[in-house]
Amino acid sequence: MKIEIATNLAIAFQALKVNKLRSSLTMLGIIIGVAAVITMIAVGGGAQARVKAQISSLGSNLMIIIPGSLLQSGVRLGTGNAQTLTEDDANAILREIPEVAYAAPISRGGGQIISSSNNWGTTIYGVNPDFFEAREWPLASGRMFEYAEIAGAGKVVILGQTVANQLFGSEDPIDQQVRIKGVPFTVIGITEKKGQSMQGQDQDDGVFVPLSTGRRRIFGEAMGRIARVGSVAVKVQDGNDMKITEQKIAELLRQRHRTQIGAEDDFTIRNLTEILEAQEAASKVMSALLAAVASVSLLVGGIGIMNIMLVSVTERTREIGLRMAIGAKGRDILEQFLVEAMTLATLGGLIGILLGFLASELIAILAGWAIQLSLVSIILAVGFSAAIGIFFGFYPAKKAAMMQPIQALRYE
Amino acid sequence: MLIHTENLSKIYGVGDQVVHALDSVSIDIDSGDFVAIVGASGSGKSTFMNMIGCLDQPSSGRYFLAGEDVASLDPDSLADIRNRRIGFVFQQFNLLNRTSAIENTALPLLYARSGPLAGLSKEERLEHAKKRLEQVGLGDRLDNMPNQLSGGQQQRVAIARALVNDPDLILADEPTGALDSKTTAEVMDLFTELNNQGMTVIVVTHEPDVAAYAKRTVTFKDGKVISIKINHA
Repeated sequence: MKIEIATNLAIAFQALKVNKLRSSLTMLGIIIGVAAVITMIAVGGGAQARVKAQISSLGSNLMIIIPGSLLQSGVRLGTGNAQTLTEDDANAILREIPEVAYAAPISRGGGQIISSSNNWGTTIYGVNPDFFEAREWPLASGRMFEYAEIAGAGKVVILGQTVANQLFGSEDPIDQQVRIKGVPFTVIGITEKKGQSMQGQDQDDGVFVPLSTGRRRIFGEAMGRIARVGSVAVKVQDGNDMKITEQKIAELLRQRHRTQIGAEDDFTIRNLTEILEAQEAASKVMSALLAAVASVSLLVGGIGIMNIMLVSVTERTREIGLRMAIGAKGRDILEQFLVEAMTLATLGGLIGILLGFLASELIAILAGWAIQLSLVSIILAVGFSAAIGIFFGFYPAKKAAMMQPIQALRYE
Repeated sequence: MLIHTENLSKIYGVGDQVVHALDSVSIDIDSGDFVAIVGASGSGKSTFMNMIGCLDQPSSGRYFLAGEDVASLDPDSLADIRNRRIGFVFQQFNLLNRTSAIENTALPLLYARSGPLAGLSKEERLEHAKKRLEQVGLGDRLDNMPNQLSGGQQQRVAIARALVNDPDLILADEPTGALDSKTTAEVMDLFTELNNQGMTVIVVTHEPDVAAYAKRTVTFKDGKVISIKINHA
């Protein structure tokens, strides 16, 4: 018949109570280790979650093409200064590269928007409905531009959430009139909330008008036959290699722009999804690293337990001898010390979880970092600390169990 | 016959030298006996006591405890035999620190796996321990820690612990070695009283005064029994 676990636990608690200071110092190693693991995983998870949210807010498989640096008598002006990208380029990309799902030309400018009671300075985008598809950015209410409005520079506008709030507050902006650069527009829709961009910009602080409207009525530029645009958002169909598609687009644009072989591109393709995915990978590595470093402290805590258990076994050699003399088997002694080590580790683990929670919340509040407490990390930490108890407790316990009763009793 | 040994020997090999710690000891001890085992240090009396107490196994020879051949049992079975049949009393008391008298006394019941005392609840264990402490005259010291008790009292707690499993015999290894003469007398009187109640008592000692309490004195020298003497009270 075996001694029941409750009895073994009682013996273990008794032994740990006898050496309060030593027990708590030993536990401290595990407490710090577990708390560190939980906190680091929470911080790492938070960073990953933030990047993931950015990816989903951007829309997947997205590239942005912007006009490249313009060479003016050897002086390179920054990107975006050139006026080389046209609406036709966008159409050609969509037409000739089958992997491309959408190629949405975008023109952009700043301006003041005035409602009957308020005004607000924001960014004005000239876009076609494809833009909203490419950015996976549906309307929260209202309707999309109609064909006649796109073709005929209709005076309609879709507001971003921030702009809608600034101009109309709690009122419903749909069908209201606003003025942009003195031109009256009718609000036909409001986009869904998108949040911050990678650069921390409020993406909802903007309004959208048809591309043609922007060109003819707001930006007032390039009325000629070539319809220049500020950028083109390209969405690649799922399952296609972004890199290869990017090369195809580059080739096409070089042909269209008649770029000489060996000359620099007059455009830049930014693979935004890829950039974010790289960031995500980096944050993954980072959190794995953090967890690894924290695990080292957990390991050190485990070695601390082993150390103390070895001391304890040596110190209590006579007790072990006595227990054996009055009928304890090797297995009983093994269990007694194993339970003791596991009690240390598990108790330390539980306190560590609590501390880890507090530390994570504190970091979230003080540093303003995103944290994400995960059940997995808690289960991991508890399991790990119990495993440490068994692993590092086993050797000392085995050592105790292997003692010969006569020698143990004679131990001075 | 409670204890019956035939040519019990224990040989320790140290390099080429072979030490006969115990050399063909054949002895019988009846139930209800009170035996003192004496001899100089190195005479083999401690080795003999370890054999009798099932703490060590002989190199050769046979040992029957209450009719059971225990010389060839495995360590786990020996642990059970020790728990069920033998109550140990040691020179250094071997009480657990910071553990009350009653809990120290109840300790062997924790390891009882067979017989009527196996599987008792904690309350039942403490109840048994309380009875034994009352039997040795410490009914008012149940909750005292060892360091709150005198040497004589500590040894009486150890005797209560030896009794708690209803053993067949009490095996005391120099039980008075750490006591002054007054408490020595107290402890030996207690053994005598227990023996009068029918308990078999074996005391290992090197003090003639202590041996005189026993009914018989067995003298060891060089691993052999050299004399068995009946004491006259």
